[in-house]
Amino acid sequence: MAVTVEAVGLTKVYGGGRTPAVDHVDLATEEGEYLVLLGPSGCGKTTLLRMIAGLEQPTEGEVRIGGEVVNGLPPRARRIAMVFQSYALYPHKTVRQNIEFPLKAEKQPTAKRRERAEWAAELLGLSALLDRRPRQLSGGERQRVALARALVREPSVFLLDEPLSNLDAKLRATARDDLKDFHERVGTTTIYVTHDQVEAMGMGDRIVVMLDGQVRQVGPPQAVYEGPADTFVATFLGSPPMNLVPREGTIVGFRPEKALPAEVLGAALDGHRRWTLDVQRIEYLSGDRHLHGVATGLGEQAPVIVRLPATVLTPIETGTKHEFVVRDDDLCWFDPETEKAIDGPAG
Amino acid sequence: MSERSEGTTAPTVPIERQRRQAQRRYVASRITVYVVAIVASLLAAFPFIVEGIITFKRDQDLYAPGSNPFRYNLDPTTEHLDFLFTSTGFLTFVLNTLLVGACVVAITLLLALPAAYSLARLPLRWGGALGITIFLVYLIPPSLLFVSFSRLIANMGLQNSRWALVVLYPTITVPVAVWLLLGFFKSIPRDVEEQAMVDGYSRFAAFVRVAVPLAFPGIVAVIVFSFTLSAHEFLYASAFLSSSSQKTVSVGIPTELVLGDVFHWQELQAAALLVALPIALLFNLLLERFVSGFTMGAVKG
Amino acid sequence: MARLADREGVLARLMLLPAIVYILALVAVPFVVAIAYSFSDVTAGDPSYDWVGLENYRSNWEDPVFGRALWNTFLFTGVTMLLTVVLANILATLLTADFHGKWVVRFLVLLPWTTPAALGAIAWLFMLDSLLSPIDWILWQVGLLEDGRHMVWLGKSGLAKASVIGVQVWRLVPLAAVIIMAGQTAIPDDIKDAAAVDGAGFWRRLWEVTIPLTLPVIAVAVLFGAIITFTDMSLVRVLTNGGPVNQTHVLASWAYVKGIDGGNLAQGAAVAVFLLPLLLAATIAILRAVRRWEVT
Repeated sequence: MAVTVEAVGLTKVYGGGRTPAVDHVDLATEEGEYLVLLGPSGCGKTTLLRMIAGLEQPTEGEVRIGGEVVNGLPPRARRIAMVFQSYALYPHKTVRQNIEFPLKAEKQPTAKRRERAEWAAELLGLSALLDRRPRQLSGGERQRVALARALVREPSVFLLDEPLSNLDAKLRATARDDLKDFHERVGTTTIYVTHDQVEAMGMGDRIVVMLDGQVRQVGPPQAVYEGPADTFVATFLGSPPMNLVPREGTIVGFRPEKALPAEVLGAALDGHRRWTLDVQRIEYLSGDRHLHGVATGLGEQAPVIVRLPATVLTPIETGTKHEFVVRDDDLCWFDPETEKAIDGPAG
Repeated sequence: MSERSEGTTAPTVPIERQRRQAQRRYVASRITVYVVAIVASLLAAFPFIVEGIITFKRDQDLYAPGSNPFRYNLDPTTEHLDFLFTSTGFLTFVLNTLLVGACVVAITLLLALPAAYSLARLPLRWGGALGITIFLVYLIPPSLLFVSFSRLIANMGLQNSRWALVVLYPTITVPVAVWLLLGFFKSIPRDVEEQAMVDGYSRFAAFVRVAVPLAFPGIVAVIVFSFTLSAHEFLYASAFLSSSSQKTVSVGIPTELVLGDVFHWQELQAAALLVALPIALLFNLLLERFVSGFTMGAVKG
Repeated sequence: MARLADREGVLARLMLLPAIVYILALVAVPFVVAIAYSFSDVTAGDPSYDWVGLENYRSNWEDPVFGRALWNTFLFTGVTMLLTVVLANILATLLTADFHGKWVVRFLVLLPWTTPAALGAIAWLFMLDSLLSPIDWILWQVGLLEDGRHMVWLGKSGLAKASVIGVQVWRLVPLAAVIIMAGQTAIPDDIKDAAAVDGAGFWRRLWEVTIPLTLPVIAVAVLFGAIITFTDMSLVRVLTNGGPVNQTHVLASWAYVKGIDGGNLAQGAAVAVFLLPLLLAATIAILRAVRRWEVT
């Protein structure tokens, strides 16, 4: 049974009353959605997650699960399950005992516990490991045990706190696929916290970008990527980040992959803006060329990065100037004072 | 298509009732905490509270049969405190304790710091075995060793001298100090010292300038532990000291304030309290450091 | 030719040397000497060493006080540690909770341990005095004891033993609690949170998570506490001096009476030697158990 999770004016101020860790956040998930909370460390995403879980008490605001206000309820009464960054497996218990633990806490009879634990273990491919202890498992296996333990109570909401950060890069990719696969099979509303924008883009139905305790933008990955709400979102997402060029009282931005050498388009230059790049350095990364240089003709002179896919064969030399074009539709405009996106050039 | 087993497992209790349950449980747990805290504090401190009251009681009040020991039935008096400070060796005892304590701490650190560092860092074939042996040495009880020390102290000409204690107490403090500091040194990453050596310091200089400052919490633990141990020690002090001028508080108070069958209760209790409080204060101020020092030793040692 | 301060092999030995020499000279050698004494007739008055074989051990065996002291040593230590473990766990759990006035409580609760054993015994000497005991007075007020009748805590054999155990527990619980508390705070926060999310209540968390994970630390606390109790003579000496009628002596206090009060070092040694086998056995057992219990 998938439910919605809502935060209404949720605020957390730690004793001392300085800036709030979470600042009047309003949020609502869809049923069965995979929602990602994304932001740099200290932006409040983990605090927000913990308030939803009931591990921290909000200073102001409400948490609603399935439409009911759950403030004041301990975690176990909220029908949530949580997977921690370290997986928090009980080191002295076997895999089976770890998975059965929540059911034991619910005082389920032994036979029922066994049955459910084995069901969850099978779902996650752990049946062979049931009698091992956590220290005998690999990182990926531990993650699956944590998931099985979370699953076994049939929670209404899954909360995951950066579960992939402890895995090495190779493992992360397969673990990500496992998680997505898991979500598709089980369909429970999931809230996932990460600081890795690649992860967020790859996994979320919607992304919530946060900074300094506030929500900067909510939306599906592509919408947030192509239409950032402010300069922070623009530069936080994307690798390399969006280029920002100051221009006559506004800021114009474009993604590195949206720029092409002028000759590629030949004569069809309608709706395109032309500018010059003074190329200073070229990096070859995974087949793409990353051109680092200074742009003129878009606004003031500014350092930019252009990403050319391998399919663009135009020869480019360091130390030369080269003409580039960007589509007008691909340009984003920002107000330099509010840093928020605006519709078009101010003047 | 989602895969789920049949039937939900949780009871469906209305939210409001759950909230009230949670609230009640919270209140109950808070009350329990405070009750336990009060009971524990009373049980622990009760004798000391009594000591404090007794100190100022007049003899007639104290010895009146059936009188309320917790109240001043006659006016309180400071005559016993005066007696303690002026007519007994109390102050001498305190001085001796401080002197012996300070010396023992110094000797302990001097012996234990290099030894622990050597065991933790430097290559030694039987280093591990040595560490365990040092700990096992700690197990040889003073209640056996005093027999030999009796002769040894006499041979050294230190009988009836507080310096005998300065010589003997490190046998108790050094093994534990080495164990504590060993754990500490092991937990300090080698990088910083190696950096110092790359920068031009010798290994010994790295020890003095880098490792020792970094092991500061462990050193604090050793200081607290060694000092309190030498202030607490009773067996050697009572076996080897006979004159008042040399005694420490631990042995002076029980022996010198009881003359024949007469217990000078007020002086006794006052003295005991006056010694207990500063040590407790010291301990509490440094407790955090002490605990971290201890756990380091326990985990890595 | 590297400077001395750099030659690590030599440096290692040099830095270790003072401690090793000290321990050898002042522990290892006296240890052997003490055992040797037990086979001799050395006294304070006649320090010449004459071998007497097992004579001292034989006379001990026939001495009822020795047998009593041996039994008491085990009894006191065992009961003390049992009570201490339970109470210390409760106290540790309390001290890790958050509440107003924690510093005060901590100070008060640590007093029994931070006080020298002999002085703690002084405090209890008054509390348990046959004529002036405040505890008797309270019992009178509450009606649990006939007005005017005294419990004579330290004068009756059974009560005296209970008193010794009681004071020992009173002394040890703070120390054990501090050690256990350190172990409890070492449990990663994530695991505590996971237990909360998993729905475990206070008791389940305590039994199935906290205690299993602190078992190695509890074992260390028990080991230290047992060693301290087993070898302690100051409490018995000051509180009862073995009385009444040598009923509360332990090996350590009896050895002292024989060796220092009586001047018979050889006999004192023979008594104290009995402390050794058990100390060794207990240590090995507990250290092995700790290794087995280590989970992370």
